[in-house]
Amino acid sequence: MNALIISAVFGVIMMFTGIFVKQKPVQHTMAIIGVALLLLINILEMNGIVFFKVNTEGFMLFDRFALLFNSVAFGSTLVYFLLSARDMEKVGHYFADYVALIFFILCGIVLVASFQSLLILFLGIEIISIPLYILTGTSKRNLKSNEASLKYLLMGAFSTGIMLMGIALIYGATGTFTTRYMNFGEGPSALAIAGMLLMFFSMAFKVSAAPFHFWTPDVYDGSPTVFTSFMATIVKVAAFVGFIRLFYDAFGSIHEDWKLVAAIIAACTLLIGNITAVFQQSVKRMLAYSSISQAGFMLLALLAFNATGKEGIILYAAAYSLATIGTFAILLKMNDHSFESFNGFARQQPLLAGANVVFLLSLSGIPLTAGFLAKFYMLKATLEAGGLMWLVILAVIMAAVSVYYYFRLIQAMYFKEGDGNAIEVSSGFKIMLVAVAALLIILGIFPNLLLNWLYF
Amino acid sequence: MVPVLLILIPLLAGIVSFFISNEKTARSWALLASLITLLVSIFGLTVLKDPSNLAFETSWLGSLGSSFSVKLDGMGQILCLLTAVSYPIIFISTWHAPFNKANNFFGLMLLAQAGLMGVFLSMDALLFYFFWELALIPVYFLCSQWGGERRIAVTFKFFIYTFIGSLLMLVGILYLYSQTPGSSFAIADFYNINLPNNVQSRIFWLMFIAFAIKMPIFPFHTWQPDTYEQTNYATTMVLSGIMVKMGVFGLIRWLLPVLPAASYAWGDTVSTLAIIGMIYASLIAIRQNDLKRLVAYSSIAHIGLMCVAIFAETESGMQGVMIQMFNHGINIIALWIVVEIIERQFGTRKISELGGLAKKMPALSILMMVVALANIALPLTNSFIGEFLMFNGIFGSTITKYNVVFMVCAGITIILAAIYTLNMIRRVFYGEANELTANAVDIRTNEKWILVAVVVLIFVLGVYPQSMLDISSETVNGILKEADITPYLIGK
Repeated sequence: MNALIISAVFGVIMMFTGIFVKQKPVQHTMAIIGVALLLLINILEMNGIVFFKVNTEGFMLFDRFALLFNSVAFGSTLVYFLLSARDMEKVGHYFADYVALIFFILCGIVLVASFQSLLILFLGIEIISIPLYILTGTSKRNLKSNEASLKYLLMGAFSTGIMLMGIALIYGATGTFTTRYMNFGEGPSALAIAGMLLMFFSMAFKVSAAPFHFWTPDVYDGSPTVFTSFMATIVKVAAFVGFIRLFYDAFGSIHEDWKLVAAIIAACTLLIGNITAVFQQSVKRMLAYSSISQAGFMLLALLAFNATGKEGIILYAAAYSLATIGTFAILLKMNDHSFESFNGFARQQPLLAGANVVFLLSLSGIPLTAGFLAKFYMLKATLEAGGLMWLVILAVIMAAVSVYYYFRLIQAMYFKEGDGNAIEVSSGFKIMLVAVAALLIILGIFPNLLLNWLYF
Repeated sequence: MVPVLLILIPLLAGIVSFFISNEKTARSWALLASLITLLVSIFGLTVLKDPSNLAFETSWLGSLGSSFSVKLDGMGQILCLLTAVSYPIIFISTWHAPFNKANNFFGLMLLAQAGLMGVFLSMDALLFYFFWELALIPVYFLCSQWGGERRIAVTFKFFIYTFIGSLLMLVGILYLYSQTPGSSFAIADFYNINLPNNVQSRIFWLMFIAFAIKMPIFPFHTWQPDTYEQTNYATTMVLSGIMVKMGVFGLIRWLLPVLPAASYAWGDTVSTLAIIGMIYASLIAIRQNDLKRLVAYSSIAHIGLMCVAIFAETESGMQGVMIQMFNHGINIIALWIVVEIIERQFGTRKISELGGLAKKMPALSILMMVVALANIALPLTNSFIGEFLMFNGIFGSTITKYNVVFMVCAGITIILAAIYTLNMIRRVFYGEANELTANAVDIRTNEKWILVAVVVLIFVLGVYPQSMLDISSETVNGILKEADITPYLIGK
């Protein structure tokens, strides 16, 4: 509850800051303090210190899972601000407004992570989506950004419509919005199945699972890179957490009815995401497709429907978000987004290149990084679910394919000679980036540092 | 304590090496670290032989049922000794080879050593997988950064190949883990799993492919000649001398005892593949004009024989594999040293362009002759013992019906090995010197002494192999007991 209120309040504060405080550094500092505060009070709430005691009438439940995910999301946002806030200033004149929108998104993330009623889920998804439509179009003079924004709005509205229909059908079938009270009886009615499938598809759209992913590359490519970084990481994993909450809580009793659909969608997402990423010439687009392929892996947690999956998605969220934010932070400093622009990067910026290697190794799931254990949890969960050996084998083969495009960047940085377009970065940025890389390795060796919070 | 030191010394030394800016210092530092590792390894065999010194366990991923459990058993002793012996040899023999950014080079080499040690020491499946990959990553960087023109693409092929293999193995490990009673990755629990035969078969192939790619076994070998050819010599020595042993080792420790029924059922198939690979590689080696590729193909043939001997599941054969793993490691490193000397001096590896080296380089020729004879497994050399034991094991195997066929086919490859090795010696070292080789000068001191050391090792192990066999006999018997298929046969 703490985080929900504070994030909303901070969003409003930042809006007014934009009017009354003109100095960028002050706005900048306020944004970072805001997120740090959010993280702090959320951790306090995990330790039982709640400032705002609001009776949510069973609409929301701030359990360990929700709170831990909030911490991961806020922590990642903090890292994101520390690394990329300066690049956000370059997008346009309204830095404070961008930050305000991000705080509203965080507010939506809290809703999505802790909903108990389909209404709150809907609210959360919308509160996340609407600021994103704006952020996508913030590069006002850029046609691609405008196009991405419009496309995202239309597609997003479409999927929201589907979700509403699904909610209505579910309500018709069960007579309740509350996920825990949903009772589908012996065999679920056709109405319930239809509603469940509609909700499944709309959520699949939000997490850009194939074949509902077509908007993703264009929107990610078109929007300003600094916001792509945010969308592709924190927002995406938040949608996943909502997805998992919905299907674990509401549709857990009819798991057998959606397991196969989920498995097929996961397989499609893995195939399409990875194979298309191989052919990309721009790192930004490659990362867009990589986010689709990583979504395929995260879908494994959904269809597994067990405790391992739930633990794993938290670890996956942290590992994937941190690594992708790090890679994007470096990409933001580059003059253009092609693979060739990274040629000879290691010679020029050894520290950044080294950190980037850790990010890429983590994304491809090499041991000793958090990414490996995240994937490991996903595979373990799927095996425990039983009967899905084919999917596990497909997933590991696709993980091997993903090595191809992640390592292309490593090859460019280390083994190819380049003219090296000189980039300037502050030493603070370097330290921060190395710290994130170190964090990924620490999580890769001791994942329990994070996961123990789920239980203790 | 000893196993932890064996991993920790190269690991820390490797990390430190990245921060040494002077090339000479980096070299000396790496050599020093590798010598200390060698010392620790020898201590582990002699002074600190007490079992309490050779095992270490501490909790790690408790919730997953994995622990940091390392132990030096007989097989571990031999392979760690091989790793520890090889590194100083590699560093001394390439002492004068120029490396751009030497600190990174030696740092990565030492990290690879730490990974290799970890693979040979792990007693926990997840830990094993960790080290399995950790050994690969530094080697990927080594091969891609220092080597021939086509190195990037070739190394990438190698990397993707092995990565697919290891991921499939991960699935296999995960499945086995889900079948253990208390959800544990400990090797003892893996040995106690009793799976139905059809499930065993599936898991067998998942894991076997990983090992087969590493060794490499036909038809998974296509990465190997290219990679050996394009990589710098020091890394090639690590790859061919030590890394291929990871595959052999994996078969013995993680496949045969864990999935005995499937190993029995598919043993003949695998042996047949290995035999095909041996003959095929030997025939290619005969036609080969490039020295590096010749050694690469000869390595495929030698490793194939080990694979056949493993699946024969006899004590003699297994003991042969143990000692041969060590022998093959040092012999092939010696071959690479010679090839490196030749290429450095004449700028070519083409056999057809060389000739008459014996007159100009007498020391090299004599030493090379011994190594070549060891490559053919002539009596008195170390390989003779290993191959003899393996043949004996294959012939006496009760587990396969085709033991005679395998034996005859494998015997043919020994003859083929003699043909291509001696033919290479004849064409490179004897005959008339041409204008390229007319001004050859003999080898440097460091190379001479390191080759002498290897030759001494070859003879010592060839004459008195018992010391080595004693180390591994207990492990071999333990593994054969786990791999015993009698309980499964009674079921039928």
